[in-house]
Amino acid sequence: MKKVYANAAEALDGLLFDGMFIAAGGFGLCGIPELLIDAIKDAGTKDITVASNNCGVDDFGLGILLQTRQIKKMISSYVGENAEFMRQYLSGELELEFNPQGTLAERMRAGGAGIPGFYTKTGVGTVIAEGKPHMDFDGVTYVLERGIVADLSIVKAWKADTSGNLVFRKTARNFNPPAATCGKVCVVEVEEIVPVGSLDPDTIHLPGIYVTRIIQGEHEKRIENRTVRNKESV
Amino acid sequence: MWDRNQIAARAAKELQDGMYVNLGIGIPTLVSNYIPEGMTVTLQSENGMLGMGPFPTEDEVDPDLINAGKQTITELPHSAYFDSAQSFAMIRGGKIAMAILGAMEVSEKGDLANWMIPGKLVKGMGGAMDLVAGVGRVVVVMDHTSKHGDSKVLKDCTLPLTGKAVVDRIITNMAVFDVVEGGLKLLEIADGVTEEQVRAATEATIVD
Repeated sequence: MKKVYANAAEALDGLLFDGMFIAAGGFGLCGIPELLIDAIKDAGTKDITVASNNCGVDDFGLGILLQTRQIKKMISSYVGENAEFMRQYLSGELELEFNPQGTLAERMRAGGAGIPGFYTKTGVGTVIAEGKPHMDFDGVTYVLERGIVADLSIVKAWKADTSGNLVFRKTARNFNPPAATCGKVCVVEVEEIVPVGSLDPDTIHLPGIYVTRIIQGEHEKRIENRTVRNKESV
Repeated sequence: MWDRNQIAARAAKELQDGMYVNLGIGIPTLVSNYIPEGMTVTLQSENGMLGMGPFPTEDEVDPDLINAGKQTITELPHSAYFDSAQSFAMIRGGKIAMAILGAMEVSEKGDLANWMIPGKLVKGMGGAMDLVAGVGRVVVVMDHTSKHGDSKVLKDCTLPLTGKAVVDRIITNMAVFDVVEGGLKLLEIADGVTEEQVRAATEATIVD
């Protein structure tokens, strides 16, 4: 089956619908599926629920889907760098479900692994755990968190082969593998698609079984917080 | 009274050779400047890296290599990358020896609040709730009082909690405390500060 598509719009064709649930990879602006996000903006899909650690910045990444009011609800751990996010949330226009970062990552991993829920100590005794079932194991209290299964995963990797095997680069890996696994379908954008056989099977970070469609494209890879030192100060 | 760098330098004394440590954003990040010569401390960045290196030179900047504060960083010879699920598996699984985190409020019971001010400041907890629940030891670094002079070292936190009974040691610009049975034990006082000043600035119960 052909997995390689010409561009983001074609790769998303037939997969988008109003009210859908999307899991997105990325941390801050690092390793975000920027081309697929742009294509979702152009498609005009509405009332989307997005599970993503952050929501981009005002004018880049998932932030552009906030500008266009296409997002109904976010499931995130941190929204501090996005003024429009905070404004929409505080005014009640946007639903926000805060998840601790590790709980969010594990919810995606669990959902992709066929695990409907798991117990964690994270958040016990805080508002995050209110209303959720608790259980004691060996004298310690844990809270039940649910696995996430999304209608669609959108993911950014460094390289893919034509069968969908993925390699990520440095900290741009972040939420991309767990997000990829938890979608009923998964669309991946990469910087380079290579022929099968050109990636060492021992170095594949995420096997192609999780990947439905792939595109190659040019990425802006915007830096959120460029911090440098002087050469002399080493 | 200690400044930010002096708080960080004091917090660096909590480090031990061979430790895997997670440093939060703000003053905690400065702790990396004070790792003693000859000591090996591996810094975890919860976005998926062990062995966090210093900030890059201008020509080393790589958009694919950032820390949890979204700052550009570099790798070290022993660095390793992994995904967010694995990153928090090692946190939740107790493999990280210590986290040094900032705080908005801390209580005498070891409760920590550092993620939101209802109706005002909504940033999110990021990885802080996972860290305080999972790591071996939690050290908090913070200003002792607010800009208005109100104590941030309290009997009970007023802000939404990040974790309940999770803090082991508190390092402020005025003093160092351990969370013990019944309250806080005063361990050290910052240069130029008197014990009376510490007590006056501390709402929490100080026990002997």
